Amino acid sequence: MNTSIRRPRRAAAAAVLGTALTLVLAGCGGDDTTSAEPSALDPDADLTEQTIVVSNWEAYMPDDIAEVVKERTGATVEVTSHATNEDMVAKVTGSGGEGLDVVFGSQPYLEALAKAGMLEPLDTDFLDNWGNLDPAAVDTAEVDGAAYWAPYTWGTTGICYRSDLVDAAPTSWYDLLEPSEANKGKVTMMGTERWAMLPALKALGYSVNTTDEGELNEAKDLMVAAKPDLLAYDDTTFYERLISGEATMVQAWDGWCNYGIAEDDRIEFVVPEEGSDLWSDGIAVLKSSENKEAAYAFIDTILDAKTHAWVEENILYNIPNEAALAEVPAELTETYDLLGSRREEMLSGENMTDVGDDAAAIYNQIITEVTAS
Amino acid sequence: MPTRSHGGLGARLRRGVEPAVLLGPGLLFYAVLVGVPVGLVTGYMFARRGRFGGVEWELSLDNFSRVTDSVYLEVFRESLGLALVATVISLAIGYPTAYAIAKLPPRWRTVALVLVVVPFWTNFLIRVYAWIVLLNSQGVLNDVLVGLGVVDERFTLLYTPGAVVVGLVYSYLPLMILPLYAAIEKIDDELLEASTDLGAGRVRTFLGVQLPLTLPGVVTGSILVFVPSLGNFVVPELLGGGKTVMVGNLIRDQFLKAQDWPFGSVLAMMVVVLLVLLFLGQAWVTRRVEGGARA
Repeated sequence: MNTSIRRPRRAAAAAVLGTALTLVLAGCGGDDTTSAEPSALDPDADLTEQTIVVSNWEAYMPDDIAEVVKERTGATVEVTSHATNEDMVAKVTGSGGEGLDVVFGSQPYLEALAKAGMLEPLDTDFLDNWGNLDPAAVDTAEVDGAAYWAPYTWGTTGICYRSDLVDAAPTSWYDLLEPSEANKGKVTMMGTERWAMLPALKALGYSVNTTDEGELNEAKDLMVAAKPDLLAYDDTTFYERLISGEATMVQAWDGWCNYGIAEDDRIEFVVPEEGSDLWSDGIAVLKSSENKEAAYAFIDTILDAKTHAWVEENILYNIPNEAALAEVPAELTETYDLLGSRREEMLSGENMTDVGDDAAAIYNQIITEVTAS
Repeated sequence: MPTRSHGGLGARLRRGVEPAVLLGPGLLFYAVLVGVPVGLVTGYMFARRGRFGGVEWELSLDNFSRVTDSVYLEVFRESLGLALVATVISLAIGYPTAYAIAKLPPRWRTVALVLVVVPFWTNFLIRVYAWIVLLNSQGVLNDVLVGLGVVDERFTLLYTPGAVVVGLVYSYLPLMILPLYAAIEKIDDELLEASTDLGAGRVRTFLGVQLPLTLPGVVTGSILVFVPSLGNFVVPELLGGGKTVMVGNLIRDQFLKAQDWPFGSVLAMMVVVLLVLLFLGQAWVTRRVEGGARA
């Protein structure tokens, strides 16, 4: 099996620090005009004349993607990276999108950008490989009836744990929020973005997309009460803590739990009985891009069965590309049942969507107050 | 020739031009890189948060009342406490170290001073990560202590306020040692001899002569440790596990995560005001000591 594991993407601390200064000074731009009509594309455009800049998480696509796109379409691709969704949004809005053509991001963030009129609605007729995509994933990429990004990966969030270090396998989000005596100080939860509030919201039986202030405040109280029993808030190294035995249970994305499983087969993943999310990451074209034909060529190359299969094989995330799934070797899906027999499990999660600006501000304020408490 | 006459126009011009030439680049640097950001932050304090970060220029004073919420005041109190503890420990370790270095033969002195700054050759982040390897419950320190039978069970050092203090002291100790060394090395040994000759014991000589003379070094070193400790957000995040939040984390998160620049600006300005007060205090102490020495 040719699985060289790609490591952290979402919030590499180092990268956050590095970009901190630049972001602080970045202003706010972009106009609020939403136009659902795709720009007219020139089918005869000379792609060898076009260069696009793509912003993605580190190591979240093939290293040689620029060469692949060049060879396949003639377009030139330059790659830059962002460490978090927030980082990506700041890059896009800070400059009004100037200097960027294509961005990778998670659904709630892409949705917010689409609603603000900063993304180009996709003319899927120009994407030969669009038909490869799972219709359920395509649905998640629609805002007001138009597709605004190409679904890239999807998955769910659950509890990743060391089966040999816990007395009983966790079944509930309360196993993290109110750990048993033996697990106190040995659990981690995520501390940022929408995933920070997910365990508390789901434990209380609420939607991950709730905008109800009462529900959010209840979740906040639960999170404050849970804090003393946490080892740490961790968005990036939780699976390493499982491998070292420092932690026994961690809140994890399914794909990241696979990184732990790859190194220690005593590590397992469970979706708690209260349910979880179905998150989705996608690839969007910025409205301001002046090289849209090349941007489409880039996306179409990713959606090609071979390229997209690489993503599942190397990043160990589920992909919503039916043609690519046929290319994934059987050993992979046998080794990682989350990519195989348990693939349906994530699809039963509640799709994580944009909650709108007012609610997003409340989410952020709650996370600030919980971490500060 | 007029240019040669001391009271001439040329000389007066030169007297005006020279300071301008010498000070100009520095002043420009500060005006642009300090003045402009501080001005921006000041403006942001009164604005509303923008949707994706940034600000909406609409007058709002909400953030000033929000900052008085006990959650945030507690973060300030804890940050001040941690930074103060880190400073006191640095001083306790740094003073004897600087004293010992100052008393070394000259060539060893250079070696010792180089050793003090050697850690700066490695990236700060990597050095802090190294402490995770040392302190975590499956880490080196636990391995050694359990292996030697000093403790029976592995214990948690990492992700506690104590680990944050360790990280801060480790990071900024050189900034304490260097100004202390400069101050101690400057003392004329004859003054100390005079004190002993006049019958003062070692303790009295230290407290009555040496300490007052090195006080500017103590104050400078303490400020150099205290200021970056207070604003630090890497150490609390990595060694505090994100559970111990210092004001630096709070500010960073407002700009990079919560996308609430106005609130982040109010927090940042509180720190700026605090630091300005500290520097005024330092200037006052230095003036008094130097004035006293001349008198």
